[in-house]
Amino acid sequence: MTETILVRGATLADGTRTDILVRAGVIAELGKAIFASADRLIDADGLIALPGLVDLHTHLREPGFEQSETVLTGSRAAAIGGFTAVHAMANTSPVADTAGVVEQVQALGVAAGYVTVRPIGAVTVGLEGRQLAEIGAMANSRARVRVFSDDGKCVSDALLMRRALEYVTTFGGVVAQHAQEPRLTEGAQMNEGTLSGELGLAGWPAVAEESIIARDVLLAQHVGARLHICHLSTAGSVDVVRWAKARGIAVTAEVTPHHLLLTEQLASGYDSRYKVNPPLRRDEDVHAVRAGLADGTIDIVATDHAPHPVEAKDCEWEAAAFGMVGLESALSVVQASVVDTGLLDWSDVARVFSRAPAAIGRLDGYDRGIAVGSPAEFTLYDASASRVFDTSRLRGKGLNSPYLETTLPGRVVATIHDGYATVLDGELVEADAVARFAAAAGAREAGVRNG
Amino acid sequence: MRHLLSTRDLSRDQAIAILDVAEDMADVADREVKKLPTLRGKTVVNLFFEDSTRTRISFEAAAKRLSADVINFSAKGSSVSKGESLKDTAQTLAAIGADAVVIRHGSSGAPLVLANAGWIEAAIVNAGDGTHEHPTQALLDAFTIRRRLHGPASRGHGLDGVTVTIVGDILHSRVARSNVWLLTTLGASVTLVAPATLLPIGVDEWPVAVLFDLDEALARQADVVMMLRIQSERMHAAFFPNAREYSRQWGLDDGRLDRLGPDSIVMHPGPMNRGLEISAGAADSPQSTVLEQVANGVSVRMAVLYLLLSGERTLS
Repeated sequence: MTETILVRGATLADGTRTDILVRAGVIAELGKAIFASADRLIDADGLIALPGLVDLHTHLREPGFEQSETVLTGSRAAAIGGFTAVHAMANTSPVADTAGVVEQVQALGVAAGYVTVRPIGAVTVGLEGRQLAEIGAMANSRARVRVFSDDGKCVSDALLMRRALEYVTTFGGVVAQHAQEPRLTEGAQMNEGTLSGELGLAGWPAVAEESIIARDVLLAQHVGARLHICHLSTAGSVDVVRWAKARGIAVTAEVTPHHLLLTEQLASGYDSRYKVNPPLRRDEDVHAVRAGLADGTIDIVATDHAPHPVEAKDCEWEAAAFGMVGLESALSVVQASVVDTGLLDWSDVARVFSRAPAAIGRLDGYDRGIAVGSPAEFTLYDASASRVFDTSRLRGKGLNSPYLETTLPGRVVATIHDGYATVLDGELVEADAVARFAAAAGAREAGVRNG
Repeated sequence: MRHLLSTRDLSRDQAIAILDVAEDMADVADREVKKLPTLRGKTVVNLFFEDSTRTRISFEAAAKRLSADVINFSAKGSSVSKGESLKDTAQTLAAIGADAVVIRHGSSGAPLVLANAGWIEAAIVNAGDGTHEHPTQALLDAFTIRRRLHGPASRGHGLDGVTVTIVGDILHSRVARSNVWLLTTLGASVTLVAPATLLPIGVDEWPVAVLFDLDEALARQADVVMMLRIQSERMHAAFFPNAREYSRQWGLDDGRLDRLGPDSIVMHPGPMNRGLEISAGAADSPQSTVLEQVANGVSVRMAVLYLLLSGERTLS
């Protein structure tokens, strides 16, 4: 059971208006007034067709923290946000530091069928920063892990980081560093600055991020490895990465939607929905990361989607968990922060939110975007919509969104993943149907490989 | 006034009004029967997540002099230490029928969360939250300074032109923060003196002067020198090398006491580390207001509870 889908009158990121014919999982034809029979017709008049969004930084929480999120619920949150692939961070319980765990997560993703779930492997055993995890076993497993990260914790030991960079290179992977000097951030609660001093909250200084990035780009240069910087958040970090790229160092960097839009001022009411790591920064930092994304210093946007149960946020600031959910709101926040402000156009969005993250994660099928012969991974987006974002927009288990009761632009109308619809008319396609389509697509792809 | 959460958001008029009511309350303490019937039937809960016998008994005395019923809830050794959340504790107190909750909490902002989260309708009084604020301490300090300057004619006065030097661990001090906002709101000029490690980042944007050198600050003959308690655990976190060096550089010893102006006053919020940040000679000198501060604390806290609980509560 595979679908033939005909999308009428979509506008591509470059402004071209086209029909899109999807057949057998791939984009079969592009052009005006395609004549074909289809199982499903989608009217995309006025909608932008973007290549499927790829998140390099998602916390799906399963195994171990299923009260926060599961692979299925996180996949649904991703699909409604326009994503067709997510990279699942390793800080689960047990930690994704063995082939068994990453294969389990990947299998759960395949069964859910809403998006491609690419597990990220831990750099060190148990994220403890003492000895390397079985990176080779994870890389060679069915999950074919290519991104390794201790995210949530920094690989702070310089020698271990050097070895990790070298060893991961052996398997064509990349280390994604959570840049946070641990001693400089003991007990840290928010950005260190005038406001933290007034609020009496322990500060998380920018230098704790910038010093690790500076060290790691030099290490990456020394050993000739690729390095990826997670959730870069300060103006100084943008400067360091810009300097490193000018020297030809193979570094890539990501920024989260919330660091593109929100500032530390939101902490002043001690509302723990705004507690996140790295913390929200100054207005100057927000403008610097936007400029860095616009000039290519920052390569990608990644959500750092971090769902938590209600009780983890329904408390005083210092007791609250770090993190925000972000999958459902990400594209709207990117539109509000860098598209509607004129810094990026939709082609740039396709690059920073689809092609570039797929390239960093070594995920095939996204290099040409929406093109004939490419896998059918795309989303139809109504950029002219405007909506009050509330909990009814959320599809994961976490309600810890910083955007509730705020007005955001844009709405995902449909998402096509692996040739079938996961979102139609702005609503998720039901889980049973998606799972059936996913199974059929899997059988088809197995047939292609065997035939 | 619905709650007292910080001095930052007090206007000059509000602050003077509280101090003036505190003058009335101080008069009660001079009577034979030190008790008013004002808050009869009201319940005040002292909710202390940190040990602070001094502050708790001050609030307890204040509430009892106003005839309120007082419940002391020490979070240590209670269900809270077994993982009960602030929310559940607050809802429990609401169910008991607390009219005011005096909260001491180690987490900055906890009183504000308690006031805003909708868990409890009671008036919230911040009795010290983390390293954020301790508004009744600042009010009693301002009250003490005003009384030293104006005596029985204090009512209606601010602290215009008064110079105050605050010495010690500014970074971790909720007393310093509340005093900076309140004293400057009342017209005083405030100078902070501390090693750079114990000053918060961004202090240059506060409405104060900052000096590292205590002797330089004392040479300016401030009207008030306020010494802050230094906690020994700070030296283990490399804020300063050891107690001896701290005491030499930033302690108010007898030599420095002699160099103060004859009318300068010496304040300390207590509890004191005698011999560390303040010498016994300074603590016990006629210039010291340490015990006046304790006595005035009861009057100021009576004023705060009275203003929050008497008559019809108006919604903010």
